[in-house]
Order: sequence, then C-alpha cells, then structure tokens
Amino acid sequence: MTTDQRSFLNSLWDFFCSLKLTMSLLITLAATSIIGTIIPQGTPPQEYLQQISPVKFKLYQALGFFDMYHSWWFILLLYLLTVNLVACSIKRLPHIWKTITQPVTVLGSGLEKSLPNVVSFKAGGEPEALQAKVTALLKAEFAEPVATENDGAHHLFAQKTPWCRLSVYFVHLSVIVIFIGTMIGSLFGYKAFANIMEGESVAKVVTRSEKEIDLGFSVLCEKFSASFYDSGAPKEFRSVLTVLENGKPVPGYEHRAIIVNDPLTYKGITFYQSSYGNAGEYRFLVTDLDGKNAVPVTVPATGSATLPDGSSMHVLETTPDIAPFAPGLSGPAANIEIHGAGGASERVVVYANHPELNIEHAKQHGKGPVIHFKGEEKRMYTGLQVAKDPGVWIVWLGCLLMVAGIFTAFFLSHRRIWVRIQHGTVTMGGNASKNQAAFQLFFDRLADKLKTECSGEKR
Amino acid sequence: MTSSLLFNVTTLAYMASMVVFFAFLASKNKAIGLTGSLLAYAGFAVQTLAIALRWKESYDMGYGHAPLSNLYESVVFFSWTIILIYMFIELKYKYRIVGAFVVPFALLGMAWAQLGMHSGIEPLVPALQSNWLLYHVVTCFLGYAAFAVACGISIMYLVKAKSEESGGGAAGGLMGMFPPIRVLDDLNYRAIMIGFPLLTLGIITGAAWANYAWGTYWSWDPKETWSLIVWFVYAAFLHARFTRGWVGKRAAWLSIIGFAATIFCYLGVNLFLSGLHSYGSSKM
Repeated sequence: MTTDQRSFLNSLWDFFCSLKLTMSLLITLAATSIIGTIIPQGTPPQEYLQQISPVKFKLYQALGFFDMYHSWWFILLLYLLTVNLVACSIKRLPHIWKTITQPVTVLGSGLEKSLPNVVSFKAGGEPEALQAKVTALLKAEFAEPVATENDGAHHLFAQKTPWCRLSVYFVHLSVIVIFIGTMIGSLFGYKAFANIMEGESVAKVVTRSEKEIDLGFSVLCEKFSASFYDSGAPKEFRSVLTVLENGKPVPGYEHRAIIVNDPLTYKGITFYQSSYGNAGEYRFLVTDLDGKNAVPVTVPATGSATLPDGSSMHVLETTPDIAPFAPGLSGPAANIEIHGAGGASERVVVYANHPELNIEHAKQHGKGPVIHFKGEEKRMYTGLQVAKDPGVWIVWLGCLLMVAGIFTAFFLSHRRIWVRIQHGTVTMGGNASKNQAAFQLFFDRLADKLKTECSGEKR
Repeated sequence: MTSSLLFNVTTLAYMASMVVFFAFLASKNKAIGLTGSLLAYAGFAVQTLAIALRWKESYDMGYGHAPLSNLYESVVFFSWTIILIYMFIELKYKYRIVGAFVVPFALLGMAWAQLGMHSGIEPLVPALQSNWLLYHVVTCFLGYAAFAVACGISIMYLVKAKSEESGGGAAGGLMGMFPPIRVLDDLNYRAIMIGFPLLTLGIITGAAWANYAWGTYWSWDPKETWSLIVWFVYAAFLHARFTRGWVGKRAAWLSIIGFAATIFCYLGVNLFLSGLHSYGSSKM
C-alpha cells in the first residue's frame, strides 16, 4: 500500500469515527423524516396527480418521496449511522476495556494532578498499620482495595461499577440488534389481510404486495359481531374463529373469540381484528306508478343494482324498525340513493309497511318508478390483519438492551479511589465518570473519616 | 365535589404561582419565591386529587378507564407531569427560579384544557381498550414533561448567556437571580437525562402495543415518525456534549428545537396530519 492510499484510508476511518458525523446524521435523519409525514406514503399515483403537478410528481418519484422510509438515500443514511456507531465503538472500546480490566492501581504524581478530588495529610505510625486502617475503611465505606508497593510507597486502589462504562456500547449494539430483527422480519415474515364471511373459511391470505400465501391450515369465521355505546361510538368488534387442519378443528383453537387488542396466534401466524363489513343483500320490488310491471331487484350490500328504467341504486343504510326515527310509521325501511341515467342522483327513504308513501314519493318526483323495500339478508364478514414476524423477538431483545443500557449509562457511575501512603503522608484522590457533584460530597465525607482513622483517635 | 371543579382550582393555583414567580423575579424576595413554589405544589396536590376523582367518576359511569383517553385528559395529565418533573428538579437541585420558566407551560395546558376543550368522560373505543394505554401514555408524557422543563432551562441559559455577552453580567440585575451558566447547562442535561429514557420507553411501549393490536410494531405513521424525530434530536443533544463546537448555546438550541418537535409530535400531528393517533376518534 502506498502512503497516499494509507493516508486516504486513515482519513476515511477518522471520518467514520467522528462524532461530527454522528451529529450530522442524527440531524439529517430528523429533518428528512419530516418529508414522509407531510407527503402521504404509498398512495396510488392518480391521487398524487390530483394534488400536484406532473413535473413535481416526477421529481418526488425520482427522489423516492412516496415511499421515502424505504428509499435508497434514507436506507443509506441508516447504514451510515450504523457504520458510524460501529466505527466509534471499535475506536474507543479498547481504551475503555483497558480502563476496566487493567486499572491504574498506583497513584503517581501525573494521575494525582489530573484528579478533581484530592486530599493529603500527615499521619504518624507505621505505613503497614496505616495501610491496614485505610484498607478497612475503604472496604467498609466503598469497595475492597487492591494494594501495590512501589518505590517504597504503599498504594491502595478501589473502584465501583467499572463495567457501567460499557453501557454506551450496549446502547449502540442495541440499535444494530433492532436493525437485525427488522431485517429478519422483512425477509422471513409478511403482513397480509383476509376477509372471511361468517360461516366460511380461508386457507390463503394476500400480502400487502399482493402475493398470495398458503397458511398451511385454514381459519373459519363462525360469527362476527359489533356492539356500540349509546352515543354510537364503537364498543367492541368480535370475531369467533376456529382453526382447521385438514378440515378438522384443532383442539384448543375452537370457537376462539378475538377482539381488537386481543389477537389469536397459531403456528407463529397471528390474526388481528382489523375491520368488518356486510356482504349481504337487500331486496326491493320495483313497479310502475300504477303498480304494474313488478320486478324484484336485489342490491348487494357492497355494490349497486340497475333498475328497469336504466338508472342504478345503492343502499346507504337500513333499519329493521323506522318507528324511533319517524313517529307514526313502523316496520323496516331503507335509505337509498338513486342515480338517474342523466347523471342526477337523489336520496330517498323507502318503506316495507307503507307502500302508499313509496307511491306518493314517486308521484311527487315525476313518473316513477315506485320502489318498495322487501327486506334484507345480512352476511357479515370480518377483516383480519394477518402477520408473521420471526424477527420481532430480536427487536424486543434490542429494545430491552437499549433501555437497560440507557439507564445504566445515565444513572450509574464508575467511581475510583486511590490512596498513597508515603513518608508519613496519606494522599487520597478519586474521580467518577458521572455525577461529579454527588461524588464530591461522598469523597469529602470519606476524607474526614480517613483523617479521623489515621490520627488514631478511636471512639 | 367534582373533578371539574378541582381542575379549575388547579388552574387558578398555577396561575397564582406563575404571577408570584414573576414577582419573585422582579423583587428577588426569597419569601415570595417560596410562596410561588408552595402555590405550584398546592396546585399539584389538588390536580392529583382531581385526576384520581375523574378516574373514579369514570368507574361510576360504568366505563372504568384511566383518565388518559382523549385530548382533554392528555393535556391535563401533561400539565401534571410538568409540575411533577419541576418539583423533582427543584427539590433535588434547589434552583427555585426555574419555576418562573416552567410553571407557565403547565398553566398554558390547564387553561387551554379548561377553557377550550370538551371535558366529558367518554367510553373507550376498541383500539384503546388495553393496559398498554396506561404504560404508553404515562412514559411518553413524563418524557415530554422533562423536555418541557429542559426547554424552560434552555431559555434561561440563552437569556443569561446573552446578558453576559453584552457585559451586563455581575451580581446585579435580574440575571443575578439566575443560576450560573454552567449550572443551567448541567440542569438542562439532567432534565434530558430524565426525559430521554422515558421517551425511549414511551416509543417502545407504543411499538409493543401496536404489534399486539395490529401486528406491526412500526408502520411509519406520522405520530411514530415524529416521536422518532424527537428521539433523533435528543440523541443529537446527548452526543453534542462530547463534540467540539456543539456545547453551550448550540446545545441549548437543540433542547429548544427538541421541545418544539415534541409539541408538534403531541399536538401538531393530530391537528395537521392524518394517522392512527386520532385521540378517541371512532377508528378501530
């Protein structure tokens, strides 16, 4: 390797190790993430084109703004962040590791000058006797010290929670663990959706990318029900499901009720209550004004039907009894919307028990037709979110590591105390990796006790 | 006695506390400062009682859920957590004057909730019927509150730094009341040290809940994304401490920007953007 190459690699390495890069990446990620919260993500192109000009559309599309969290440049930023935190860790870890595993146990003058807390006092007596006293005090008040003799001086060193210096690296590691978990999830898992009619079962589900997936078993929806509070707000959506293997119910997975916030998991695949609907049909009888040419018309709940005169209708809502809404009337009624062949549309309520009102309405509005409501067959279906994510536990492991790491990094501190006994002088110094103010209080109190001990005044 | 009455008393107590704190700023009289703190504590005690009472009222109505389910309840809880974190910082670090810059945030929340919002207790829609609601909301708002306190301290930092630059330092004047600039920097860091782990827990409990309810722990919903933006900003703040050129004023600005992003995450997303966190809309 030439020196040019070497210096290039060195500066590349320094670039990836720098905290300035970390700052730029975090701020860039924060700023660019805003784009995807303003531009709707993953909407069909036609809808964007109604809002913005074709030029803008092309530009945004080229920049990946319509799926920006999966765009090449956003992923690149995340990779850079990963490389940055790995490089930072590799650069700093050996030094930290040495601090933890091979602590400086001798209080030299250079170290003494670098310490924020130092006391020094004269003490009489044999150095060995003093050392024993200091050792006992440190053991009782702080941690068991290590003794070293060097150049005729007696050194003692004690420390607490040295390993908490590693917690920052666990936080960095946790980010990588979470990324690994999400990658496993996207490679080996899927998110899909299934609509199941009451009384029917499905063995295949369709993913978001419209791929069909064979479950390997089937799921039967026995019943779906929705309940509401008096205010009309939804109270509960409940599906009763049974898992079938080769057409036979699986013991323990029969008649299982699932509601929002309480899903069903079978063989690593989880079914979540997500939506519902009515796929039943409404029956009407359509006649002329004079009651002739009666034609039964069936309107599906999810669509519309064509009437004999060429117009079409669909149902907005129905009620089994109109009485609470219209005093004096009774029986089933339907609120329908009719789209005339000319493009005009109107909304009208038609009744089952009041044919005269249906005729009167038709007369008021011209030549008909007359529409009578005849009843409905409800067929509810449940909409289930289906998910398989083998990486999710790795993500939770990463989250746990992150929280534990952040708490230890913020609230634990590596505290060290050195004592040197030399020429009848006792010198104590100490420092802490966090919360200096609290350590200073502790250190001052310990120093007072040390002076009392070494002056030999026993209580 | 109803919770609603007690919330009005709380609002008045915070307002009185703020006025007294401003008088403290002007007069530098220690007794006035103490009164300001005591008024804030009294308001906090009444508010605690009111939240407990509202919780009980929801059980009496047959709904039985923690009062954290809609915008009104969350704003009230936010005020409560701001005063809680302020009390913690004040009792631990003994800088009473911080109250003058923090209590107004709590007052703003209470006043907005009491005057401008529908305060009825409503039953929970299916999506919110989960114990995760409690864990998620409590951790998030404690985090937000710590950031509110940090923002107040950062404003003090910038005001003080500005006056020192223009040579108006010394012991005299209003600035004499402010803690030294080094202490403000440290307090800012400490408040964020409380907020950041809580925000992290808030995001994780939210992800766990989403995974349990919908099967997706992260879907880049605007609310989720904004919480991550807030997390990035404060992560940058924490790294700024060790980066040359980023300590001091720039860090204070990061803290203020972080709180602005927090407020947008909390309110702006619901007001301006669409998504899953519609505060008690009838979404499933």
